[in-house]
Amino acid sequence: MKYMPKIIFIIGAAALLGTFLAPIWRITLEAPQYPQGVTMYIWINKLDGAERGTLQNINILNHYVGMKMIEPESIPELKYFPKIIIGMAVMGVLFGFINNKKLWLTWGIALILLGMLGIYDFYLWEYDYGHNLAPDAPIKVPGMAYQPPLFGTKMLLNFNAISYPHYGSIFIGIAMIFSFLAFFLKKKQEAR
Amino acid sequence: MKSMKLILMSLTLGSVFLFSGCGNGDGKGTGAIGSSGAAEKVYVAPGELDEYYQFFSGGFSGQVTVHGLPSGRLLKTIPVFATDGEKGYGFNEETKPMLMTTFGFVPWDDAHHPKLSQTNGEHDGNFLFINGNNTPRVARIDLTTFETTEIIQIPNTAGLHGSPYPTQNSEYLVAGTRFSVPIPQEDVSIDTYKENFKGTFTFISGGQEPGKMDIAFQILVPGYDYDLATSGKGPSHGWTFFTSYNVEQENTLKEKYASQYDKDYIAAVNWKKAEEYIAQGKFKEWPAEYYHNFYNDKTHTATATKKSGVKVLIPAECPGLVYYLPTPKSPHGVDVNPTGELIVGSGKLSADLTVHSFAKMLAAIEAESFDQEIDGIPVLNFEAIVAGTVASGGLGPLHTEFDGRGNAYTSFFISSEIVKWSTETFEVLDRIPSYYSIGHLSIPGGGSMKPWENGKYMISMNKITKDRYLPTGPELAHSAQLYDISGDKMELLLDFPTMGEPHYAQGILASKIIDRQVKFFPLEENEHTYKTLNEKDTRVERDGNEVHIYATMIRSHFAPDNIEGVKVGDKVYFHVTNLEQDWDVPHGLAIMGAQNAELLIMPGQTETLLWEPLTPGIFPFYCSDFCSALHQEMQGYVRVSPADSDVKLSWKLGDEGSGN
Ligand SMILES: [Cu+2]
Repeated sequence: MKYMPKIIFIIGAAALLGTFLAPIWRITLEAPQYPQGVTMYIWINKLDGAERGTLQNINILNHYVGMKMIEPESIPELKYFPKIIIGMAVMGVLFGFINNKKLWLTWGIALILLGMLGIYDFYLWEYDYGHNLAPDAPIKVPGMAYQPPLFGTKMLLNFNAISYPHYGSIFIGIAMIFSFLAFFLKKKQEAR
Repeated sequence: MKSMKLILMSLTLGSVFLFSGCGNGDGKGTGAIGSSGAAEKVYVAPGELDEYYQFFSGGFSGQVTVHGLPSGRLLKTIPVFATDGEKGYGFNEETKPMLMTTFGFVPWDDAHHPKLSQTNGEHDGNFLFINGNNTPRVARIDLTTFETTEIIQIPNTAGLHGSPYPTQNSEYLVAGTRFSVPIPQEDVSIDTYKENFKGTFTFISGGQEPGKMDIAFQILVPGYDYDLATSGKGPSHGWTFFTSYNVEQENTLKEKYASQYDKDYIAAVNWKKAEEYIAQGKFKEWPAEYYHNFYNDKTHTATATKKSGVKVLIPAECPGLVYYLPTPKSPHGVDVNPTGELIVGSGKLSADLTVHSFAKMLAAIEAESFDQEIDGIPVLNFEAIVAGTVASGGLGPLHTEFDGRGNAYTSFFISSEIVKWSTETFEVLDRIPSYYSIGHLSIPGGGSMKPWENGKYMISMNKITKDRYLPTGPELAHSAQLYDISGDKMELLLDFPTMGEPHYAQGILASKIIDRQVKFFPLEENEHTYKTLNEKDTRVERDGNEVHIYATMIRSHFAPDNIEGVKVGDKVYFHVTNLEQDWDVPHGLAIMGAQNAELLIMPGQTETLLWEPLTPGIFPFYCSDFCSALHQEMQGYVRVSPADSDVKLSWKLGDEGSGN
């Protein structure tokens, strides 16, 4: 019982590594010609699709409206986000062993801030892809932008774009919840 | 005897006339909109899928068509032995080698019997095999892509009718020669038939191994006409049966002279014994040349390889290899029931069916109940092997299939009907007309050990349609009729026209095929010599008078789309890669004046069209498959200059491009 908060905190910190096991976000495009939809997965370290070739397919569709090619190699976040996640996990496990609830709280708040920054960064990318269109694109609809929603659904011409967090985000959620849970449990323990 | 034949002949002819004369009206509306709910049984609602794939041979179209059952809807035509401009098959550089033979490039054939690959006597959904009758060949169609991927030529054979009839695990595909000829071929008088003409049975290995089809061995047999075949199953696994006619060994007016004997033979070949003789080295190495052509789905290219030499077994030197089963009246089809015990021979000039017993055959061999021996082949005593005779009441039996519930269904060409009979009592149970002059019939899985769903449907393939459809001039469609055979009485459900002349068809439960479909070819697996995987790599290169265009296509442009510096006299190779990675997004390439065909390129695939411009000028090219909203804009130009011009080779797409 005495070690419970510490164990919870360490499990939570280690759970961050779970983000390498599943995508953290999912964007699906639906249209009559795509009865199964075209689904792109955003991982902490890569982009891929429900099928081989999905990215190529999305890029071909997007070029009509003059959108930039989505090229995973040119997205630096995919390189440094994994480092941040691993860094946070290692730091978290370390803090767990140090067994200091203030460090835990700091870690938890830092994680939330990083998460918010990540989502803001994701929004900026979406904004850039959706608005930064080639001026001589084959299809130009005045006033139309093609930014997929951050969270929810939105019609983009013939496509219904659906965007929601995916399984990988659960691990980040666990890490956040466990860090605060550990903090409060420990606080309660020490008050006794 | 002769007068018997004459009576029979006049009878048969008479009934043909009779039938065409008064057959109209019969069966119109029976079933299709009858009270039994036939319309409901074949109605596949929009957006719903059929229960079965049914593969029809195209006969003289040289192709295979794929229909869905029970709707009868046409799903695809698969080019096999004949060029197909639609798909560029036999026209593009990649598939030209598929049609190579020792006779040269042969762009047509007569495709007869589609047979599905088997594992443990059941259809496994891996491959479809089909024979080319005219220039003896056997092809493999891969059921992941529905494309012809392999063709092997059969040497020492003329007229490949009795084929491919795979063995229980597709260990072998078989082939019998319809026309006996001198083997090896030589220049002799046709009148020396009896002395010089021979037949062969061929066993082809590699049925389950793509790219590995090969002539395992051939058996040299007397010079009869070998008609159809079937391989044993269960207890009779290890044996293959071939029917013969023209035991008379006549070489002219065969319609009469080859119909003289009361009985011809079904040849029973013990191929397990053949394997032993091969292992013992009891074969002769005979010179024979043949082609083996293989299409590789990674290089998207076929290679044609000329091979030579075959192992030949001579029955006189290999006791126990071949036996003759006397069978009345020039038997056409031979079919073995799902238990593997009954061998049904259909004497095509007869009213009756002869059913031999495999167990009795083995006992007769054991007891040496031989009537005579022909070239070392014992002729078994008819009474010793026959299990029964079906007094059908019909005329001209051709083919039999089985429902797995102890019933057999035989097609009767002359009396234009299907007769259902019991494989236990040999009694006729039911009969139903076909419209008109049925050849083969097919129960999905009915040729295997396990008919699907205990024999629910049966398809008839009919040669004559006369008044069945809207008339289309002198040439009318052949037809297929779908019957419900799940009850005691056969019931006509549907009637639909077919492509070419389907000789045979086989069906398989759709679920055995659906999940293995290739949707597109991954670009990273493309191993084509002239692939271009990125628009940045597109270019044009000159090598003497050869110009190689490394092009790509996506919705809705080619890269490059402006090409200059081509000259009259050049051989221009368009190597085009479809960069799409999405299902159902092929693009086409059509060039004004090209003397071959279009390219129709599947996503991730590379294909090559050879174009030899004859005059200077500007030649547009375009995408021929309506691929996208801007499909009409998917086009380009090639500038062709006089042979002595000094226009430099250059190319571009929009602002991108270069020259040298
Ligand atoms: Cu196109």
